[in-house]
Order: sequence, then structure tokens, then C-alpha cells
Amino acid sequence: MAKRTLPLLKRLLRSNLHSLTPTRSVTYMPRPGDGTPRAVTLIPGDGIGPLVTGAVEQVMDAMHAPIYFERYEVHGDMKSVPPEVMESIRKNKVCLKGGLRTPVGGGVSSLNMQLRKELDLYASLVHCFNLKGLPTRHENVDIVVIRENTEGEYSGLEHEVVPGVVESLKVMTKFCSERIAKYAFEYAYLNNRKVVSAVHKANIMKLADGLFLESCREVASKYPGIKYNEIIVDNCCMQLVSKPEQFDVMVTPNLYGNLVANTAAGIAGGTGVMPGGNVGADHAVFEQGASAGNVGNEKILQQKKANPVALFLSSAMMLRHLQFPSFADRLETAVKRVIASGQYMTKDLGGNCTTQEITDAVLANLD
Amino acid sequence: MSRKSIPILKQLLHQSTTRRFSHAPPRAVTLIPGDGVGPLVTESVEQVMKSLKAPVYFERYDEVQGDMKCIPEEVIDSIKKNKVCLKGGLRTPVGGGVSSLNVQMRKELDLYASIVHCVSFPGLPTRHEDVDIVVIRENTEGEYAGLEHEVVPGVVESLKVITKYCSQRIAKFAFEYADVNKRKKVTAVHKANIMKLADGLFLESCREVATKYPEIQYEEIIVDNCCMQLVSKPEQFDVMVTPNLYGNLIANTAAGLAGGTGFMPGGNVGTDQAVFEQGASAGNVGNEKILKLKKANPVALLLSSAMMLRHLEFPSFADRLETAVRRVIAEGKFRTKDVGGDSTTQEVVDAVIAALD
Repeated sequence: MAKRTLPLLKRLLRSNLHSLTPTRSVTYMPRPGDGTPRAVTLIPGDGIGPLVTGAVEQVMDAMHAPIYFERYEVHGDMKSVPPEVMESIRKNKVCLKGGLRTPVGGGVSSLNMQLRKELDLYASLVHCFNLKGLPTRHENVDIVVIRENTEGEYSGLEHEVVPGVVESLKVMTKFCSERIAKYAFEYAYLNNRKVVSAVHKANIMKLADGLFLESCREVASKYPGIKYNEIIVDNCCMQLVSKPEQFDVMVTPNLYGNLVANTAAGIAGGTGVMPGGNVGADHAVFEQGASAGNVGNEKILQQKKANPVALFLSSAMMLRHLQFPSFADRLETAVKRVIASGQYMTKDLGGNCTTQEITDAVLANLD
Repeated sequence: MSRKSIPILKQLLHQSTTRRFSHAPPRAVTLIPGDGVGPLVTESVEQVMKSLKAPVYFERYDEVQGDMKCIPEEVIDSIKKNKVCLKGGLRTPVGGGVSSLNVQMRKELDLYASIVHCVSFPGLPTRHEDVDIVVIRENTEGEYAGLEHEVVPGVVESLKVITKYCSQRIAKFAFEYADVNKRKKVTAVHKANIMKLADGLFLESCREVATKYPEIQYEEIIVDNCCMQLVSKPEQFDVMVTPNLYGNLIANTAAGLAGGTGFMPGGNVGTDQAVFEQGASAGNVGNEKILKLKKANPVALLLSSAMMLRHLEFPSFADRLETAVRRVIAEGKFRTKDVGGDSTTQEVVDAVIAALD
């Protein structure tokens, strides 16, 4: 008996060390031909964009993932996205991009927004969650912010009535509010989420946010298994910083979603680590979750110390979207292992590593 | 020599302890208890003012409730006469129908600046330390103009109006505030990369005013980056000047970071009048349970009434009130439900009165 316990103990201890690897191998049954490489449009973008998308390309290479990238140079100060890029995205249906810097003030309109409007990517999703090994002030954060991406306050419809008076239009339609509410509840249903919260300011903007709330209530009645509640946006901000564990999925109009997503990303560890994407009926564009227009500053670019984790996790989301779940699992496990070890942190997380060091660590942790 | 010094000493001591405030005629202040927990917390303030023997007397208007169509004429006249008002929250019904009375009051009296002072209290445990942010928010225009209409069924347009006039005066107010209160930095919060004309106009006005105050550092920050910086490094912010909607969200976030909206004082200020109320989330009037158990948090309104006393130029009363409230918070024995304790409003008020000197 004693002779057999020793090897048994050894096996048990070995498996405990790799506590982050799933001990049961999960079988995904593909259709014949699912393994043919898919084309993905890649837009490196401005600032630190090329650096972090380069990191993703290295990792995809090492994993031998069945995707190949079609690179296109697009910069934030162009007047509009070049038509060949749009063609490519329409053909491939999936795109991965770094940030496009939007100039502040009059002149060029935001290319990030143009892309979302042209492809009708009406839902923006940001998944904010605590990562093991990344110390934050708030625990138990696991919030998905689903934000209407095409209308609302960011429609870009402004004009100067008389010199010194500017009017900006916020347009809310039943059509857009309904489809974002449907998407939010579908997402919650498919991902086993329990609560959907609608964020609004309908006590002041009664018609506009009132319309949004009506649509959410209608859709909520069709999903009786999911709890639905509503919260006014200023109370929501305060609850987010004091008790974030009460939130699960949040569905919001455009502007509130922007602020709530950034706040939630900040409390869960920073916008450098939160994955996200924009999805529409036909296409999907994956990018850093929150603050996608933030392309870093000169210093980070020179020292090559940008944080690639957000884009790694977003590309894992992309792999799942393309129905390559085991590659996505391998990538996510490797990234989580690297962060849990605590040795590879970029400047925004309090460390001093370069992008390449983190990429190498992720490559080393792939199995 | 010593024979004469004793009566002189007696006189000096006598003077310092029995100083009369007969040179300060009592000021009238309009008091609007409001809905929900409003009457409970305004009553606490009345009790404390009586113990302080502060030279203010209140003209109460109990009948103002959140679901009225508009504020009664006599209340507005009273505020115009007294120039100062203290109010509890007025509950704004959600959805179509009645417009918000809080917003109406601010527009009629042209209270264009809303100030919320978010500061950490020693003794009140929070996740963030050393928070000391003053959020100055434009109160009359912007996204809360209330100009909405249904173009066709299913499509609603809401107007956001930004004018140079309002942006300039709020920027001037913010820099003046920073100057008078010896603050080092003013940060303008905007989203001018998307709303180029509207927030661009706001930024221009801020930049113009900033050139007139060279000793005060001026910065600009995009609102989504600002939210993230607030929750990761709040100590970098000092005074923040913002348009209406962003200010609402930022004030509430900053208040939450520093301890909760139940603690943060604030007020609305115009050229002629001032209305003091709970700093952030003034429309939040608590829920039924807190009202029945009488466990509302009076600290925010007590500190706001201290701001009111300073506004009325009674600084020593304001200092005494603030010191007493801070002492009670630091001791940590009397805490209401929103910060994890179980005291009633009356217990907190009694503790404050006991701590007054």
C-alpha cells in the first residue's frame, strides 16, 4: 500500500501546482473544414497601436491559430476610413484594431466613431473584472457594460446657432434602444448572467431616457429568468465606487456607457487590461475595451512600455467569436498566469516591463 | 502694580467669555424641508442651530413637495428677499409629466454654479485616501436644459445647449473660488474630441479665463479618462470645472470615493441668491425603510449649513459646527446605515450637540 501512495501523492501535488490549468480536457466538436484559416482585418492604428497589435501577431503565430491578418494602415487624422479597409472588413466580418487618435476640437471627426456607424456596430461591450495578482481597491468586480454605440449624445450633430451659442442634438430612437436592450438580455442569457441593470437619467431627460427605459422594460418581460432593475446614473456612479459587486450586466445609452465603462475599468484594474469589442448584426471589431481612443503618450511609445494585456484578452474574445474556443482558452490561461505571477507589469500597473517582455512571458506560458 | 493688574485681568477674561453677538442681527433663511428624509434632516439642522445660538432664524415652507407642478410664488419671493435658502431633497418623479423642481429652482433663481466639496474624513474608512476635490458644475444649461420633443413616434430629440456666456461665468467662478480658497489647480472636464463645437466652446472659455490667473495651474482632461483617473488616483485632482451632465456624474463619483453622498456638503450659488443642500445626489430622498427607522444621514446637511453660515459671514459659528461634526465622525461611535453603522438621525444630532463648545 505504502509503495503506491508515493506516486499517487506525486501526481496529486503536480496537478495542484498548475492550479490554473483545467484538469479536465474539454472537447469542442468542430464541423469538417472549421479549421481552415480565417482572414482578419488588422488596423494597427496610432501611437501605441502598432506596438500592441505587433504583440498580438507574435502570440497568434506562436499558437498557430487558424487566422491570418490583413494589415491596413489607418491614422486618426485621416478624413475618413479608406474604402479598401471597409471592403476588407465587410468581406472578413471580423477586425482587430489598435486605437485611432481623435484630434481634439474642430476639424476631423472621430474615425473610431465613423467605423462604428458605417458598419452599424451598435453594441459596445466592455468586460471589467478583477484579475488575480493585480491588486485593486475593490474586490469581486465582474461587470459587463453594454453600451449603445450609434446614437445618443455622440451623434455628432452640432451647430452654432448664433456666435456664442452651440446646440448639440441627442437623438434616441425606439429602434436602437430596442435592439441594444435585446442584445444585452441575449448576452446575459447566453453567458449565464443573473442581473441586468439599465442606467438612465429619466427624471431629468424624461422623453429621451424614458424611451430607452420603456424599451428595456419590454425586452425584460421576455426574459423572466433574468432579474432586471433600473438605476439613475449619478447614483450608479456612486454605487460603482462603493459597492461594485452588486452590478452584473449594465445596459446604457451612449454617453453614460462611456463614463460607466471607464469607471468600472478603473476600479477593476485599469483600462490597460479590460477587453472589449464592438459588435453589429454582420461585423465585429475588437479593440481595447474602454478608452479606445487613448493611444498613450510619447514617453510610453519611445520606451515601448505599452500594456498589451487588453488587446490580448480582446483577441481571445475574437477567437471565441470565430468559434475557435480552445485557442481562446489557451491564450487567456497564459495571460492570466502571467499576471498572477506578478512579475510582468507595465507602468500603468505599477511595474516597469516593456511590451516585449510581457509578450515573451505569455509565449512562454502557452501550452 | 500687581494690585491693578488683577482687575485688568478680570476684565480681559470677562470679555473673552461673555462676548455678545449683538452686533450680528439675526438673518432670515428660507427653509424647505422637502420630501422623504428631507424633513428629518432639516429638523436636525434646526436643532443644532438652536444649540449653537446661531444668529439665523428659519422661515419654513413645508408644503413644497416634489410632485408639485412648480414652486409656489411665495417661496420664490421669500428666497429672493432672504437671499439664502436651506433645503432638503425634492423627489423628482421618473418619466413623463412633472419636470424636476430642483432644476426649476436653479433656473428661476439663476443659480449657475453648483459646488460639491468631496473630502475624506479622518475616522471614516474609505478605499481611497487623501481625497480633497471640489467639483464646480454649470447648473443651468447643457444637457439638462429639458428641451426634448418627439419628432416622430419612436424618435426623440433632446437638445444640449452650450453658450459662451454661461461657460465664461462658470469658468470665472471656478478660478475665483480657487483663488480665494488658495487652491493650486483647476481641471476642466470635457469631451471635445467627440462634441467638438459644444465642449470646444466650453474649453475656449476656460482657457481664456485661465490666462488671467497665472498662479493657478490649468489642465484639461477628457471625461472618460477622468472617470478612470478618479477611481485610481484621486489625489491628483483639486478643483474641477465641468458642464452640467459630466459634473453630475463626477460629483457623485468623487463623493462616493470620499465616503458617500451622505457626507458631502454642497450648494448652488448665483449672483444674488444661494441655496444650500446635500452636495451630491440632491434628488435622492432615501427610501421608505430609512424614513420609518429615522436613520437618515444628517452630516451632509449639517456641513452644508456650515457652508451657509460662512456665506452669511458668521465664520466662528461655522467653524464650531464643523469641528463638532468632524469630532463625531472621527470617534466613529455614531454612524448611520449608509456607512455601516446603526444609529438613528437623532443620536447623531445629539452627539454633535454634545460635541459643540
